[in-house]
Amino acid sequence: MSEFFHMGGYAWYVWGSYAVTFACLAIEMVLLLKRSREAKT
Amino acid sequence: MRVVVWRELLVAMRRRSDVGTVLLFFVIVVSLFPLGIGADPDKLRVLAPGIIWVAALLSSMLSLGRLFAADYADGTLEQMLLGAAPLGATAAAKAFAHWLVSGLPLVAIAPLLALQYDLPAGLYGMLALSLLLGTPVLSLIGGIGAALTLGVRGGGVLLALLVLPLYVPVLVMGAGSVEMASAGLGGQGQLLILGAMLIVAAAFAPWATAAALRISSE
Amino acid sequence: MRWFWYASPQTFYPLAGKLARWCGFAAALLSAAGLYIGFFVAPTDAQQGEAYRIIFIHVPAAWMSMFIYVVMAFWAALGLALNTRLSGMMASALAPTGALFTFIALWTGALWGRPTWGAYWVWGDARLMSELILLFLYFGFMALHASIDDPRRADRAAGLLALVGVVNIPIIYYSVKWWNTLHQGASVSLTSAPKMAATMLSGMLVMALAFWMYSIAAAMLRVRCIIRERGA
Repeated sequence: MSEFFHMGGYAWYVWGSYAVTFACLAIEMVLLLKRSREAKT
Repeated sequence: MRVVVWRELLVAMRRRSDVGTVLLFFVIVVSLFPLGIGADPDKLRVLAPGIIWVAALLSSMLSLGRLFAADYADGTLEQMLLGAAPLGATAAAKAFAHWLVSGLPLVAIAPLLALQYDLPAGLYGMLALSLLLGTPVLSLIGGIGAALTLGVRGGGVLLALLVLPLYVPVLVMGAGSVEMASAGLGGQGQLLILGAMLIVAAAFAPWATAAALRISSE
Repeated sequence: MRWFWYASPQTFYPLAGKLARWCGFAAALLSAAGLYIGFFVAPTDAQQGEAYRIIFIHVPAAWMSMFIYVVMAFWAALGLALNTRLSGMMASALAPTGALFTFIALWTGALWGRPTWGAYWVWGDARLMSELILLFLYFGFMALHASIDDPRRADRAAGLLALVGVVNIPIIYYSVKWWNTLHQGASVSLTSAPKMAATMLSGMLVMALAFWMYSIAAAMLRVRCIIRERGA
């Protein structure tokens, strides 16, 4: 398990990439849903 | 077509201060860099092609905003849209006039500025030639940006944002040719690519500029 | 014939909603599958160790960044040629998602470059530079669109800009073939056998599909917002 998080020493790079990616996509979705709600009023 | 170019030139000549402003800007920007990055002659010699090219790029971009604005304001543009001359030809003439005022003078003065950077005399020709091929491309592409942003708020900065990414290949090839030559590898490849860019730009940019002018005048 | 029926924003609206929902689900499923393959099936790389696992995001994001731009340019061209409202709306709907994937490609590329090449960024590499220019082209599109008040004129002006910039896409794609600087050459091609392990390749392809489904969902959601906002 800890090996998984450790990623052979590259943890910052690998998880940094994945985290930023999913954060970006999540934020885009949240903003879109918010915009959708506001557009319907 | 010749009438259109002549008219543009006359207008530009009447505003002779424009040539002066562009040249002055060019000279000032080129002189700013040694003040900012230090006077190490070896460093300056290496950086000279890039600095001169970037300065030329920015100077050429300065007067783009005015390319169509005056005609837009006084109704001449509408005449051009309805006129007998194909709009693409008019756009090409405008770009050519822009180059004569904002591009060609830079080509002429660049070797003098290269002196400031102690660029080897053998490279002056390459520098001038790269600018000679590249600055028309800048004028042609810049025309598209100027037409797209006619009367739009955000003006000059927006124009720069649109046009600079399109300028990057020209800059890379232009400065690259001189850098290759200074490394002894000959910059002909880059010059050829610049020439190709010029041909493609001359063929397509006026058409795109004309389309942009129509969009902006609706 | 049915295509033209959907060309009106009102009739397209419910279709977009359905597409958004289905593609959203597909994206979620595919990403789960892709990530599973990427982390638990694909083996450790001999040279790069675990760092290479960034590939499962980096390459699909880069592909999407280019693909979305081409699709955006297609809608822009259609809008300019046929003067249809929906085409312009589609182009505007795609731009932010395309910009996002371009940023993700650059970001993950930087984080992958640091442990493998020793640098987050390298000036002078043709592919990195063209991808950066692509990001600026997306921003230019969005900025130009935002500065013009009339939506029809904004669509047409930004659309023309998108078309002028489309020449950048082949440059990014072929840059690794034309200039051999730093970024590795193509390992995946339509015509020859891939030069990577099958599990790695499948993980990448599944994630690419996932991102594709996500892009459709996001674009559909956004175009619905645009349709409502413009009161079409």
